[in-house]
Amino acid sequence: MAMNDQTERQDTAAPAIELKGISKSFGPVQANKDISISVRPGTIHGIIGENGAGKSTLMSILYGFYKADRGEIFINGKKTEIPDSQAAIAAGIGMVFQHFKLVENFTVLENIILGAEDGGLLKPSLAKARKSLIELEREYGLNVDPDAVIQDIGVGKQQRVEILKALYRQAEVLILDEPTGVLTPAEADQLFRILGRLRDEGKTIILITHKLREIMDITDTVSVMRRGEMTATVKTSETSPEQLAELMVGRKVLLRVDKVPAKPGKPVLEIENLKVTDEKGVARLKGIDLTVRAGEILGIAGVAGNGQSELLEVLGGMRRGEGTIRLNGEPLALDGPNSDGRARRTQGVAHVPEDRQREGLIMDFHAWENVAFGYHLDASYRRGPFMDNTALRRDTEAKMKKFDVRPPDPWLTAKNFSGGNQQKIVVAREIERNPDLLLVGQPTRGVDIGAIEFIHNEIVALRDQGKAILLVSVELEEIFSLADRIAVMFDGHIMGERLPNETDEKELGMLMAGMSGEAA
Amino acid sequence: MDVMPKWAEVVLVPLISLLLAAILSALVILAIGEDPIAAVQLMVQGALGSTYGWGYTLYYATNFMFTGLAVAVAFHAKMFNIGGEGQAMLGGLGVALACLYFPWPHWSLALIAATVGAALFGAAWAAFPAYLQAKRGSHIVITTIMFNFIAAAVLNYMLVNVLRPEGSMDPATERFSPTVHLPTLHEILAPFGIQFSKAAPANFSLLVAIAACILVWALIWRTRLGYEIRAYGFSEPGARYAGISPTRIIMISMLISGGLAGLMAINNVMGEAERLVLNATEGAGFIGIAVALMGRSHPLGVFLAAILFGFLYQGGAELALWTSIPRELIVVIQALVILFTGALDNMVRMPLESLFLRYRKGRS
Repeated sequence: MAMNDQTERQDTAAPAIELKGISKSFGPVQANKDISISVRPGTIHGIIGENGAGKSTLMSILYGFYKADRGEIFINGKKTEIPDSQAAIAAGIGMVFQHFKLVENFTVLENIILGAEDGGLLKPSLAKARKSLIELEREYGLNVDPDAVIQDIGVGKQQRVEILKALYRQAEVLILDEPTGVLTPAEADQLFRILGRLRDEGKTIILITHKLREIMDITDTVSVMRRGEMTATVKTSETSPEQLAELMVGRKVLLRVDKVPAKPGKPVLEIENLKVTDEKGVARLKGIDLTVRAGEILGIAGVAGNGQSELLEVLGGMRRGEGTIRLNGEPLALDGPNSDGRARRTQGVAHVPEDRQREGLIMDFHAWENVAFGYHLDASYRRGPFMDNTALRRDTEAKMKKFDVRPPDPWLTAKNFSGGNQQKIVVAREIERNPDLLLVGQPTRGVDIGAIEFIHNEIVALRDQGKAILLVSVELEEIFSLADRIAVMFDGHIMGERLPNETDEKELGMLMAGMSGEAA
Repeated sequence: MDVMPKWAEVVLVPLISLLLAAILSALVILAIGEDPIAAVQLMVQGALGSTYGWGYTLYYATNFMFTGLAVAVAFHAKMFNIGGEGQAMLGGLGVALACLYFPWPHWSLALIAATVGAALFGAAWAAFPAYLQAKRGSHIVITTIMFNFIAAAVLNYMLVNVLRPEGSMDPATERFSPTVHLPTLHEILAPFGIQFSKAAPANFSLLVAIAACILVWALIWRTRLGYEIRAYGFSEPGARYAGISPTRIIMISMLISGGLAGLMAINNVMGEAERLVLNATEGAGFIGIAVALMGRSHPLGVFLAAILFGFLYQGGAELALWTSIPRELIVVIQALVILFTGALDNMVRMPLESLFLRYRKGRS
């Protein structure tokens, strides 16, 4: 490969994107502080940082969604004003959002010309688009059928349609915001191959992510953001995951969880032929069999939307189902008044839900009110006909101290805590109840690395006390580092169970994509 | 971090809104060729300048406290109960039945019975829309407003065909027995040596309304049921997670809401008219929505907003009586107050918030 040749060309050429001194505040929060970044053309430039570090704000400024309070944008060395996304597109910038912006019942082709039609009549636009689409596909190996309807194709392909949309609008710079969140490992690899090819063809790519592995795998340069500031820009080949993590958090972090091997005891949770149908009549769980033993963590891996949420909800009493579940040998109700969250809690099931902002916490409640949430009828919180608010606040202070919630102020409303501290409040509430079974959904989604370490250690500590833990996570890394046994879900079925030290991401990825273990 | 200090949030925002409404009203009065300053003087004089004026202001305020609390309680469960009017009408039926058909030896016993009757009938009227919302998903706004019309028809039928005394041409019940007469403020305050207007309709129900404010406060912020109502109001998925039954919360909060709206009848039916007449509620059920909005669904706020609207009602009536400002204009002024304090809240809040931000930045 003509590596030398390439670097030379890049060093002399003007940066594809250059931001100088960008600052942006939302009210009292400064999301971006004096950020400067220079992206060389024909490279993949990663931007990594924790949630709330300001990555998305920076990209939104570049794409014209926000106006910077201060600072300048240069494109190909020329100072450019980007007041809206139309201007960004005109300047050759394309964006692929985390949540796709596609019309579900349109075809690929119709989605691509949407907003870029040539005139009132569709036919000529469609014909023209079809021609250039075929060229683009040939050039970059995107492999999407132009006449397929969006809702019939997988997420991986939908994402490629988003990329095609940008390319069709002549984007020279592609921004991808957390592109692998919804993909299986195999789909992610495919995406990375496409991105590599786009770079080789001279496109510039900015990849926003919080996953260290992706940065190490495909970027040429990486910029690290922390609390609205750009802390470093380094060549990927000259750095390591440990160094990046430290730059992101501002202190040394342990990337792997320290834990002793599990000592599984008697079965705590037994699930037999569990079926769930949702409000629309769609079968979400199609006969699940699982066992979780005392003193072990069972990790459920899978791409989001394959029934994991429904599994947690039915076990946590938020949803009805059919089949049998037993806790310590006693059957739990799947229907009727004894199947709700309160009944589950009294039976010894604690639940850290997937969506802490909608379910796990009431965002407008004070911290101390949230510490009672779900346990608010508990006798210890009761004084006559009233709630014992004083006892509650005392309890909250103790839990905040033990779980290092910052700031440790029971009067603060939940929405004023950071994601990590919100999650610590939920985890503290659920773990401190000393449950027999802990259900955990996406425990570290939107949580900063420092808090991830803490939460993981708490979960492992609970396991070591001989409790059963069912963990659902779409982050394979998290499953690998926490689970003692891994079950893979696909389309409402369990595709298979594996031991973490006897499998790898590739095999799990096949199972997550619905290919059975034998075929894989 | 909250952008504004709490005092600005609860005091400054409504006050500025009110001021804006007042300025706009003054312009309207100017436009029809009247003197706004004289109009304000007349309103203040008429509503607050005498115990007679106060008596009317507080009488109206009592109505609005009940209907305002009704809307507020439902608001906490994210239910928009705009059926207060109908629930209050049915409450009147409950009061009338309790007062007419039992020879109460003393007004206090009659009041207890009337309170129970009013609350039961109001709650029953709210129960239908609540059930339809909880079990069938029919939107509470649509059903409660339709139930207002049905309530009016039911009341009409009852008064014309069932409760009207024989030979009377008036669609109203006969006068309640004098033993169920509620003490007026004049009678209550006389033993303390305070001379209060004899003619004003404010009565013992005012104390019941104040008690209701305190009870609602305790219910919402101190009891476990109130906790569940607020939790459900903020997040339905959250409620499901915590094992709080949405059906139960919708039913209970709407029953309480309907009961409170129904309670208004002890003021206007038992305390003032002392018989049940057609259209006794006079739109108080709808004013309750504005009162709850302006009072931020907090009982203290509802209490203060109810007195403000009582003032506007009484002052407006005086204005219509003594000037050539037409009665319709009074409604316009009231509407402006509702518009500014309720609907245009953000118009005042946003600039105020950025003002506070700038101030804070300047200091730090």
